[in-house]
Amino acid sequence: MRHCRPGTVRDTELLLSTSLRKVSMAIQNDAGKAGGRSGPGLSAFIYDPFYRGLIFQALIALAVIWTGYEIVVNTIANLQRANIASGFGFLGQRAGFDVSQSLIPFTNDSTYGRAFFVGLTNTLLVAALAIFFSTLLGFIVGIARLSPNWLLRKVAMVYVEIFRNIPLLLQLLFWYKAVLALLPQPRQGIELPFNSSLSNRGLIVPRFIPENGFAIVFAVFVAAIVGAVLLARWAKQRQMATGQQFPTIIASLGIIIGLPVLAFLVMGTPMTVEYPELRGFNFVGGVAMKPEFMALLLGLSIYTASFIAEIVRAGIQAVSYGQTEAAAALGIRPGIATRLVVIPQAMRVVIPPLTSQFLNVTKNSSLGVAIGYPDLVAVFSGTVLNQTGQAVEVIMITMLVYLTISLTTSLFMNWFNSRMRLVER
Amino acid sequence: MKTYLTPALAGAAILAAGMSVAGAATLDDVKAKGFLQCGVSTGLAGFSNPDDAGEWTGLDVDYCRAIAAAIFNDPKAVKFSALSAKERFTALQSGEIDVLVRNSTWTMSRDTQLGLAFAGVNYYDGQGFMVKKGLGVASAKELDGASVCVQTGTTTELNLSDYFKANGLTYNPVVFEKLEEVNAAYDAGRCDVYTTDASGLYAIRLTFSNPDEHVVLPEIISKEPLGPVVRQGDGQWFNIVKWTHNALLNAEEAGITQANVEEMKSSENPDVKRLLGLDGGFGESIGLSNDWVVNIVKGVGNYGELFERNVGTTSPLGIARGQNALWTDGGLQYAPPVR
Ligand SMILES: N[C@@H](CCC(=O)N[C@@H](CS)C(=O)NCC(=O)O)C(=O)O
Repeated sequence: MRHCRPGTVRDTELLLSTSLRKVSMAIQNDAGKAGGRSGPGLSAFIYDPFYRGLIFQALIALAVIWTGYEIVVNTIANLQRANIASGFGFLGQRAGFDVSQSLIPFTNDSTYGRAFFVGLTNTLLVAALAIFFSTLLGFIVGIARLSPNWLLRKVAMVYVEIFRNIPLLLQLLFWYKAVLALLPQPRQGIELPFNSSLSNRGLIVPRFIPENGFAIVFAVFVAAIVGAVLLARWAKQRQMATGQQFPTIIASLGIIIGLPVLAFLVMGTPMTVEYPELRGFNFVGGVAMKPEFMALLLGLSIYTASFIAEIVRAGIQAVSYGQTEAAAALGIRPGIATRLVVIPQAMRVVIPPLTSQFLNVTKNSSLGVAIGYPDLVAVFSGTVLNQTGQAVEVIMITMLVYLTISLTTSLFMNWFNSRMRLVER
Repeated sequence: MKTYLTPALAGAAILAAGMSVAGAATLDDVKAKGFLQCGVSTGLAGFSNPDDAGEWTGLDVDYCRAIAAAIFNDPKAVKFSALSAKERFTALQSGEIDVLVRNSTWTMSRDTQLGLAFAGVNYYDGQGFMVKKGLGVASAKELDGASVCVQTGTTTELNLSDYFKANGLTYNPVVFEKLEEVNAAYDAGRCDVYTTDASGLYAIRLTFSNPDEHVVLPEIISKEPLGPVVRQGDGQWFNIVKWTHNALLNAEEAGITQANVEEMKSSENPDVKRLLGLDGGFGESIGLSNDWVVNIVKGVGNYGELFERNVGTTSPLGIARGQNALWTDGGLQYAPPVR
């Protein structure tokens, strides 16, 4: 991005026009000497590293395109010869199976295409939550590893060494077994407040069903968040200018919680609550967080946090101790010094490897298939692939999706990285 | 990703790359290799299951051995590929195996869209439900709201959905790719119900620590004709597998057993003479030797013997012949004549 200065563009143009001129000159030279076999014209083409480079690049590009074309044509021909259905028409057909967990409405009358989105949203859900929790936990553990407190330091070290060194698949199976083994049958479920219950069918909590007027409450909530952000900005500016502090956190919390509650009451509590109820085998009503999801989220977060902890520790240690001392010499308290002096400099080192960890989380979430979590790999390149038999198409789509998710994550992190870069004055 | 996508990926890659196998004469390939590569399950008692000594046993396994006996006069000339429900058809399509005998249901879409051909039905089955006795359930109609454990990539997954919908019941599917995973989840109480082919339920029940604690419910909710499968496009190979199956049935019907096959050679019965290759060139017509049926029956026995040995009342599974009896005994097993 930073290279896209006008100067660079002109450089390229210059390069291009020079090369064009060279090419036309070469051709003229060649034409000048009729049949010039050994003339300088031909050797100019062959021996000039510039042209040679161009020729080889063109050849490689041609080879790549040709190979890709051959693969596609060959695959289609092979599939047809073997009488295997091909094409993407199956995405519109009725799926005929059910999925245990779905963020979007899905029944067995929905299409395979919709099943794809069910799998995709489940993958994104678990990946996003795992990224959040592993980052939180990773930062805590990483900082704890540098704590002056011996016990804390050692506990953090043991955590990192254990979870970083055991294959993730084993950890997932362990968490799944542990979750299932520890939790009771639904009829003996652990009762929690508000009719919630924890059993080996998952954590079941009441469902909130919004009624007319809830949109206003939500709008107030959004407005309160915006207000809190503005307040924080104002408070910071004032502090910079005058040194006066403002209780931002308490005030923002008050706004964000207080205003929507007020709106909720004013609108006449526009919401009903559906309490889960044990009927027959299972709970009816409410929302359930399935044990497969819990185990996968737990396993992924704990595993990834151990890597993030190491990245954070390395990042902090990369900031020379002189910085801390200098801050102390200026009379800055240790907590504030860590927050305002050390962490911002550490972030430069932390963000790039953190990106790889985020990419890993998404890809690793596909191991959830081993513990029955209906992610993209389980639903789409599992059930859909099998029911349609269209392995080539399904695998291709799946790979493209993971690639897209990964590239998007990378792009976002690159943007974030450039924002976090130290601004030199 | 690594563990679970690779088989499918490999299959897709093979499909994409060449697949010189399809259309080629499978019999020649098999003869050149010197053994038959047979796809079976990863372990289902009575059908295809490695025993304590690591030897594969079961009805499906004996079908592989029968085909090997027909070709090589050696029922041991087989190598087995253990395949999950998800992997099986890709393995066959890509040419990794020569024939698939893995309790696979013959359906129209598998016959028409996967480039496969079912060569017969070696076991007439149907889908059932198994629950823990303690639940006190006597009928599948009482399963409203239950969590059901099921293996992915099976007809089971689809029948289950249809059945609950048709009966106005709700359920929660818990889907796994590997048989051990389904078993473990059911055993750990994650599901109330285990569903698969009834034969499979009996086999799986035996693997639990206390089989008597589980009951198979009376409802059979689907037709599951299980049989051997080959790739389309090789008529000779298709015939070999199909007629090996028919030979096993015809041998039982004619009373030819592993023990008496040599004596039967002196029989004057024209059916027996044709079957044992003493009359006509039936073996040669499918690229085998004329005594192919002698080799099959000597190698593994007739269909009734296979059934009794592996799944019948004398085996641990203790399944009655029922629909799998010969047509002459009121069952569905009926083979076209060798003539
Ligand atoms: N007949 C059904 C289901 C066959 C099936 O896969 N059954 C399971 C459960 S009994 C099984 O045999 N699994 C053994 C394995 O995965 O190795 C089909 O063809 O789709």
